[in-house]
Amino acid sequence: MVLNIGDQILQSRFFLGTAGYPSPDALAQSIEAAKPGLLTVSLRRESKAGKGQDFWNIIKGFNLPVLPNTAGCQGVQEAVTTAEMAREIFETNWIKLEVIGDDYTLQPDPYRLLDAAETLIQKGFEVFPYMTDDLILANRLTDLGCNILMPWGAPIGSGRGLNNPFALKLLRERFADKTLVIDAGIGAPSHAAAAMEMGYDAILLNTAVSKAKDPAGMAKAFSYSIEAGRAAYLSGIIEPQETASASTPLIDKPLWHQQT
Amino acid sequence: MKVTINGQLKSFESPLNLYDILEQEELIGMMIAVAQNGTFVPKSEYQATSVNDGDDIEIVAPMQGG
Repeated sequence: MVLNIGDQILQSRFFLGTAGYPSPDALAQSIEAAKPGLLTVSLRRESKAGKGQDFWNIIKGFNLPVLPNTAGCQGVQEAVTTAEMAREIFETNWIKLEVIGDDYTLQPDPYRLLDAAETLIQKGFEVFPYMTDDLILANRLTDLGCNILMPWGAPIGSGRGLNNPFALKLLRERFADKTLVIDAGIGAPSHAAAAMEMGYDAILLNTAVSKAKDPAGMAKAFSYSIEAGRAAYLSGIIEPQETASASTPLIDKPLWHQQT
Repeated sequence: MKVTINGQLKSFESPLNLYDILEQEELIGMMIAVAQNGTFVPKSEYQATSVNDGDDIEIVAPMQGG
């Protein structure tokens, strides 16, 4: 189930993070199993040991689009500079914009996020903002020119799933023409399926796979759930009812209301 | 002169440009990007960018990310 995003067609709605795997082999096997639409990557200080080059050799072998992030940035200039460095290294104008406002929840700082997004859009970036599920923030970001919104399901790495389904549904309804991606907090495949059933366009996750007992197995499980959720959304999920409704037709039922 | 590179204070013979610094750090040809005093410096400007005493240089490479 392909997804048109930015100027590219992605072959999957599963966006997979590349951090925290038990080994490079586990990372590679998880990517194989997930068959993701894109991989998220980051930047860190490099030394002559060349650790970053080894990592990149694994990633580039998959020939998938990459989405660099500004993970760990707390200031606007810091995030902008990181994005500019990422653009040069990865040769993409896509940036997952993270501007963290709280060390304990890793909640994005909405004010600095807006400032950084505005600057980066002016510099020609396609900004994928990591944001809370706040409706007004979403409005401001789209006003700036964001075509993609990435609200959190729950705090990064928490595995809590969708903390506020009401707010997430509201975003989907209000931004019907924007690409909405759940980013962060997903723990189980059922969480991802629930978001896709709401009509979200894609799921970005990392920890739920990288910290699973069997990362490749979990990657496959998420792949199924994201596809299932999307298919369910497109097929039209029935509305819940207060009363029972027989699924088996009663017309011509034998022994109809016969008393014994 | 003293320059901070990725958080570590180092001594260099001046004058130097950014390319010289990267050469001495054995990072030429690697997949890296650079910021000087918090501002991004494009690869095409390494030779023309002079490094001054007290500068703070950040050199980054691809890394795992979520």
